[in-house]
Amino acid sequence: MSDATQNIETTSGEGQFGDYWALLKPRVMSLVVFTAAVGVFVAPVSVHPFIAMVSILFIALGGGASGALNMWYDHDIDTIMKRTANRPVPAGKVAPGEALTLGLWLSFISVTMLGLASNWVAAGILAFTIFFYAVVYTMWLKRWTPQNIVIGGAAGAFPPMIGWAVATGGVSVESVLLFCLIFMWTPPHFWALALFMNNDYTNAGVPMLTVTHGKRETRKQIVIYAVLLAPLAIGAAFTSIGGWIYLTAALYLNAKFVWGACKLWQREEDAAEADEYKAERAYFRFSLVYLFASFCALLAQAIWVKSGMGAW
Amino acid sequence: MALKVEHELHQRRFGRNIGVGLLLVGFVAIVFGLTVVKVKNTGFVEGYDHVARPALIDQEGGN
Repeated sequence: MSDATQNIETTSGEGQFGDYWALLKPRVMSLVVFTAAVGVFVAPVSVHPFIAMVSILFIALGGGASGALNMWYDHDIDTIMKRTANRPVPAGKVAPGEALTLGLWLSFISVTMLGLASNWVAAGILAFTIFFYAVVYTMWLKRWTPQNIVIGGAAGAFPPMIGWAVATGGVSVESVLLFCLIFMWTPPHFWALALFMNNDYTNAGVPMLTVTHGKRETRKQIVIYAVLLAPLAIGAAFTSIGGWIYLTAALYLNAKFVWGACKLWQREEDAAEADEYKAERAYFRFSLVYLFASFCALLAQAIWVKSGMGAW
Repeated sequence: MALKVEHELHQRRFGRNIGVGLLLVGFVAIVFGLTVVKVKNTGFVEGYDHVARPALIDQEGGN
């Protein structure tokens, strides 16, 4: 060690490894891993297990990269919102520039490695996903339109499509339906959250539908998207990835999802405030179960079919 | 003066450096694994060494 080392100025808020890890939004990454893995597995083409594993890893890393870019750009509003104030950048543990550098490098590494590991169609969709989330959603839509969640939800909907492309090298009606499943699910999911986290978005000036059009309109929109989602989700049962297992699950889950949305629509704001948005919180939790169970059903269906049983 | 001065900075960054080190090792393992899988899954590859080989000559007429 040289004397120069001892003269390095240190700051108390220096980020640890875990802080950089948190920049990648691990919870979102876990959803990306799961949906991408289902996309790979339900595809009709088998992939070498190691290539599948590595591909899913780099899809998740790409998702993490877009998370870091999002945290770099949004650190000003993350400071204001209670839900995001403890993120590494607003908490002062990681400098915004570091988050940007990490995001850009991980984007490059994840896209390149996915292309080398699987194919360049999958890598291209991953690159587009990162661009869509970081630029179209974070920089453009999020602070501009109450439809931010609707269009921005596409970024979260791409992973199963990328997984499918890893296996097949292309895009097909099944992968588009997998995309639609998450795309149409996202608005009811986030708007249910916005119903009971309204103050956060208001304070940060994010034009969430609850802020711009009120909670009554938001409740109506939740019903509309839940109703639009149902035929797409159930329709997937009649493609090559579907069968009786998935159809049964889809019918139950979508009936419950639409019914829950209708119940939210009927609720008066006074009643919701009185019980601290109990039904809205329950619907938000169920929306997570809905997505997880839908993809589990697809997985179960694929295992059933690949083990030699018929789809129907 | 002691040659090994452990600055507080090094202690604080120890966890981070270990993490980055493990990630790099993991990355090398992934690239190595990918190489093995890709090479094994590729069909028979024969280099051209500027010498006519029977395998490259058309077998017209069966003779």
